[in-house]
Amino acid sequence: MVAASSSDTAFPRAGGAVTSILKKPSVIPGFGLTLGFTLTYLGLIVLLPLAALVVKAGGLGWFGFWNAVFTPRVWAAFQVSFGLSLVGAAINAVFGFVVAWVLVRYSFPGKRLVDALVDLPFALPTAVAGIALSALYAPNGWVGKPLNELFGFKVAFTPIGIAIALTFVGLPFVVRTVQPILQDLPPEEEEAAVSLGATRGQTFWRVVFPAVLPALVTGFALSFARGVGEYGSVIFIAGNMPGLTEILPLLIVIKLEQYDYAGAAAVGTAMLLVSFVMLLILNILQHWMRSRHAR
Amino acid sequence: MPADRSAAALRDPAWMRGLLIATALAFLALFLLLPLVAVFAEALRRGVAAYWAALVEEDAVAAIKLTLIVAVFSVPANLVFGVAASWCVAKFDFRGKNLLITLIDLPFSVSPVISGLIYVLLFGLNGLMGPFLKAQGIQIIFAVPGLVLATIFVTFPFVARELIPLMQEQGSEEEEAALVLGASGWQTFWRVTLPNIKWGLLYGVLLCNARAMGEFGAVSVVSGHIRGYTNTMPLHVEILYNEYNFVAAFAVASVLAMLALVTLVAKTVLEWRFGAELAATRHK
Repeated sequence: MVAASSSDTAFPRAGGAVTSILKKPSVIPGFGLTLGFTLTYLGLIVLLPLAALVVKAGGLGWFGFWNAVFTPRVWAAFQVSFGLSLVGAAINAVFGFVVAWVLVRYSFPGKRLVDALVDLPFALPTAVAGIALSALYAPNGWVGKPLNELFGFKVAFTPIGIAIALTFVGLPFVVRTVQPILQDLPPEEEEAAVSLGATRGQTFWRVVFPAVLPALVTGFALSFARGVGEYGSVIFIAGNMPGLTEILPLLIVIKLEQYDYAGAAAVGTAMLLVSFVMLLILNILQHWMRSRHAR
Repeated sequence: MPADRSAAALRDPAWMRGLLIATALAFLALFLLLPLVAVFAEALRRGVAAYWAALVEEDAVAAIKLTLIVAVFSVPANLVFGVAASWCVAKFDFRGKNLLITLIDLPFSVSPVISGLIYVLLFGLNGLMGPFLKAQGIQIIFAVPGLVLATIFVTFPFVARELIPLMQEQGSEEEEAALVLGASGWQTFWRVTLPNIKWGLLYGVLLCNARAMGEFGAVSVVSGHIRGYTNTMPLHVEILYNEYNFVAAFAVASVLAMLALVTLVAKTVLEWRFGAELAATRHK
């Protein structure tokens, strides 16, 4: 209370001249206090530790960084992580869209329950999801056993298992980005298309789908980004064979366990860089689609 | 006649509705429901007695306690941060505001493993500040402070990103009226702002807590897996599972699954009852 009353009275006179360059004037107090706290906390918890990552990786120099990142094992892990995240995100884009469509357009018993269940991957700890999926798809599991016996098809401890885990963690992203857009779509546009003689299929592909596509791409990107970094739900079902089913985050953990801090930092930095570039490309693509749709 | 035609054309034929609903439900059942059921089925495979024994076992109790301790430190820290950040972002116009919002969201796009790694690089024995901390006799990595820091990092944006759109939508008129009538800054916050944002705040805290108690990757990197000392519940699940002690692993996992279910129910109830008072732009 003491701090508050002093800042309430002293703040406008003492700090007013300085802050007015940065911010628009306002009668509401507490700008200095809340911004100062926010920046300090952000700096200490997020920015300083992330800087430590870059500093550690930078300490290797270009040559050392190159040698740490471009080994066959790291390269294979890159392909596994990014490739299977794309597969998971693609599965989610298709089925997540169907789920969002069904939840918005149709009514059926238990719809509210289904809607709530979609957020399960957000709420369920990844380690729990990991052991559950692993138990289900293991050769003697509920799903793994019939697949194995009927089709000779192995899921757990293969890349398919990783793709399934990544589909699980990424699902809500697609549904929750597409759902509100579908909800807010004005029915007039579809009615207009129909009154002008379009079939249902034409209306969907020419009117509904282009309007939803930017959101679908956002959901795809979020699902993909989550998949690349995912650790807990994957390591149990993956089998973790170097070069085959070893994901990047696990490789970082292995390097840390071998006290190769600089190597771990190099792989981590490379991973952040590649994710950043891919998300940038998706953002540009999305921007382009939005402006095309607006025309 | 035209009205009929348009209504019919806007509605999908029955076979298509049935097909799409069946596809969606089958997909969700396979990917979401089945894993959830499997957790409880595996946990109870050897009966209730074995299930209970796994939960009251010494290391399991220590893991449950540690999980609660980590949440007790990290959730309030991010609660205070979230309120402060949303106050300065929503109530004021200043340069660099969009950059600040982007930076607040940053931890969501960092892999959990990297979230742990950065603290090891900073505070670990070979880390940048390692020698200094060792000289002071302070241990952060492989100890509780490291677990708390890594958890704060991964749950960093939850409260802030819930409150920022909500407070932006509500505007500042009520606060301005209170201030003009002579209320102090803190009075305005406690009596005007807080009652307006309380459900959104609860919503954010709920999600923050679920993630704090369930975090695995980040915590795994900084923990060192010392049984009974730096093992949170998710880490305990991993150890038991790797020891092929499946019933115990799934028993502890079932507690975490129940926490997730309680979170989902509370979240749904909040959205249902106070949907209008929560941020409309939650899922951008």
